[in-house]
Amino acid sequence: MTMAFTFAAFCYMLTLVLCAGLIFFVIWQIIAFDELRTDFKNPIDQSNPTRARERILNIERICNLLRRLVVPEYSIHGLFCLMFMCAGEWVTLGLNIPLLFYHLWRFLHRPADGSEVMYDPVSVMNADILNYCQKESWCKMGFYLVSFFYYLYSMVYALVSF
Amino acid sequence: MWWQPFPNLSQLSAALGGLSGVPELEVETLRPVNLVQERNLLPPGPWSRTFRCTLTSIPQTQALLNKARLPLGLLLHPFRDLQQLPVITSNTIVRCRTCRTYINPFVTFLDQRRWKCNLCYRVNDVPDEFMYNPVTRSYGEPHRRPEVQNSTVEFIASSDYMLRPPQPAVYLFVLDVSHNAVESGYLKYFCDSLLENLDKLPGNGRCRVGFLTFDSTIHFYNLQNGLSQPQMLVVSDIHDVFIPSHDNLMVNLKESKELVKELLAALPSMFAHTRESQSALGPALQAAFKLMTPTGGRVSVFQTQLPTLGAGLLQSREDPNQRSSTKAVQHLGPATDFYKKLALDCSGQQIGVDLFLLSSQYSDLSSLACMSKFSAGSVFYYPSFHHVHNPAQLEKFQRDLERYLTRKIGFEAVMRIRCTKGLSIHTFHGNLFVRSTDMLSLANVNPDSAFAVQMSIEDSLADSSLACFQAALLYTSSKGKRRIRVHTLCLPVVTQLSEVYAGADVQAITCLLANMAIDRSVSSGLPDARDALVNAVVDLVGAYRTSVSNLQQNGLVLPSAMRLFPLYILALLKQKALRTGTSTRLDERVFAMCQFKTEPLPQLMRLMHPDLYRLDTISDQGALHLNDVIVPQPQLLHLSSERLSRDGTFLLDCGSVLFVWVGRACSDVFLRDVLGVHDYASLPPSMNHIPELDTPLSERIRAFLDWLQENRAFSCPLHVIRYFRLPTTHYVIRFLSSPYIKQTNKNIVSFNQSSVVHRL
Repeated sequence: MTMAFTFAAFCYMLTLVLCAGLIFFVIWQIIAFDELRTDFKNPIDQSNPTRARERILNIERICNLLRRLVVPEYSIHGLFCLMFMCAGEWVTLGLNIPLLFYHLWRFLHRPADGSEVMYDPVSVMNADILNYCQKESWCKMGFYLVSFFYYLYSMVYALVSF
Repeated sequence: MWWQPFPNLSQLSAALGGLSGVPELEVETLRPVNLVQERNLLPPGPWSRTFRCTLTSIPQTQALLNKARLPLGLLLHPFRDLQQLPVITSNTIVRCRTCRTYINPFVTFLDQRRWKCNLCYRVNDVPDEFMYNPVTRSYGEPHRRPEVQNSTVEFIASSDYMLRPPQPAVYLFVLDVSHNAVESGYLKYFCDSLLENLDKLPGNGRCRVGFLTFDSTIHFYNLQNGLSQPQMLVVSDIHDVFIPSHDNLMVNLKESKELVKELLAALPSMFAHTRESQSALGPALQAAFKLMTPTGGRVSVFQTQLPTLGAGLLQSREDPNQRSSTKAVQHLGPATDFYKKLALDCSGQQIGVDLFLLSSQYSDLSSLACMSKFSAGSVFYYPSFHHVHNPAQLEKFQRDLERYLTRKIGFEAVMRIRCTKGLSIHTFHGNLFVRSTDMLSLANVNPDSAFAVQMSIEDSLADSSLACFQAALLYTSSKGKRRIRVHTLCLPVVTQLSEVYAGADVQAITCLLANMAIDRSVSSGLPDARDALVNAVVDLVGAYRTSVSNLQQNGLVLPSAMRLFPLYILALLKQKALRTGTSTRLDERVFAMCQFKTEPLPQLMRLMHPDLYRLDTISDQGALHLNDVIVPQPQLLHLSSERLSRDGTFLLDCGSVLFVWVGRACSDVFLRDVLGVHDYASLPPSMNHIPELDTPLSERIRAFLDWLQENRAFSCPLHVIRYFRLPTTHYVIRFLSSPYIKQTNKNIVSFNQSSVVHRL
């Protein structure tokens, strides 16, 4: 039994590492949404005018952070799809295509004033948007976790087979 | 139960003027209405003006709500001017321990000492001080206290709610003095209005004012008490704005009143010969922000053109050839996020920014309006404003300014809306900043802004037969007192679809759908939003048809409560905000959208579906007697051209304008006694006032018109129009092309039947 270090194996190795990074990003996002939801605990603080500025700055800071994660995440996933296409791994590519289209759709439907990819501080605290983003993050978390183990298995398979 | 306000559901419903308990009324509201046959459709009866829900019978589960195909939401007008407002001055404000709900008329007292919250069902103790009722001076009857007897109360906040001393009233006026502004001539009228109303600005001895003018540079005014005349300080570095002097630019109004008056008298002539055509609005706003940061307050911005210099400069984006396009309208969203970021910064410092746009050309209102949208300000727009060529706009500006300067105002406000366990709020509409899923940050509150919220039913409401909503607005009054205004609404929960339909509030549903359609048109495009509105009607018809199975008639059948729904949606689709195919300037469209998001419900309904009255047959039957004046209450007519006749005079109340249409064969008595002319031919082509004649008919008509004007915030102009006389043609066209004066019934039925038939 020989170990064949094919291009496919190399792809899977790389995606494994990067997928760990993606999981990290998504966990970061989930924590950020939780932070967004927590306003000051004390109702006196909540109604204190001097705290309003802190709260707005907090929301803007978290939104900036979330926004910075968006393009790296989408481009890493795009890189995955490209690599699988080059390596000829059609099954894996097929499993990742829906998420690629979803990312494209999200990217193209962002707010029109150009500056913000998404996560607009003025509308992010509406419960429907916040709940949607949280659900999205949890789903992606599940997907990336499953993909991580799938890539691990595929890498070993690609290394061992010939 | 020792004491409970409404021991059973029918009593509550009867008390709410609701559905069950009166058999005839119940049958009436549950009766299906076939729109092909019924022609005489009048809007449903009087509703609360402060707090309205789209469904006055809340469905028990989300599944039932989905089956009804109606949106669930609230429309509130929390800071409305009220004739009577109970103010509670006691030291203890009784609130539920877990959910912090204020005690309200819908709680249950288990015995004298314990009360059960109606939102979270927790049992709380009644504090000792609460047992004494200061109004009746009796002990032991907590349920008679004013907090428990009135659904709208105002508490005086204790020192717990004030961690910084409440701010004084601070007003800053930012004025455009470029060549364009001087040409339009608004400055003189603004200064005159402010001089007249300087004493009526809400505030106490701590009230402060300041002025900032700008063209391509920014001018500050030192109004320090003790100076012989106001001093102007010019800052020309607009890329790095700084405040030239810290203490003297925002001055105490009482102390520096003479200087302020001198400045206002001198301002119009100071810039009369300016040649500056550039406008540095962005830097001026940055300067205003720096000036107001220590205190917070209100900034009123007057702008007459596109900002062309400095940060936040805007390009002309409108394509005039696209005005009548039936495809998606471009550029409904902001071009830059400069104004949005500025508004957020202002909101954090409790500064509200109001915008007065008095321009004759495209000024990118969609970007500029952001400065007010997120700082809880208001937007006023006067298209084609010119002090000589457009007297109608000038008069409107003057009236609006008078109301704006003298109306009540609240500063550094937050509002929280609480609902019964199981209901949750998911979207807010209006000029506000959402800082938490149930809490809004409002830098300024004013009595003319309303908000809308959309709700969903997360858990089944099976625990209770009542659903309650409470809106609590904590604000600082203009006199520096911290107050909490609490509104509570209580509605029954129902399990049957027919009961949901019987309790639907068609006007509230239309306005909530309008808000949703406007959001949709900005995010996915106007045609999408219009389709969604039509689908709302089609879905309702389909859902009603499947739910009420014993329908034999063919035609357009709707629940009685929703009989006007297709007409309202048609009217909505013809509004400037949402119409396609008719030439609409982009700024006017954007302003119409802003209006839909912030105007209170009665005003919006008048804009969409005006009130029609007949004036020449006015009588004293059912008249109101207010302050020794008899105010007749003519009957509301069904809004259709079938009701107009040539021998009468009709009044069309469109919310922002009043039309009096005189028929050609109108009686000479009426013409003489009310309009002061001998015959029809001598009616002047443009008449804007009903003359003050000493006849009883004239008095009645004028009393009625005055009563209509008083019941709204901004008084509106009146136009008397004749039938087809050239100079008044544009009024006639407006009157006759208003979305209703057509053979409307036939139009709706054919429109809806075709779309209904097409989709079902």
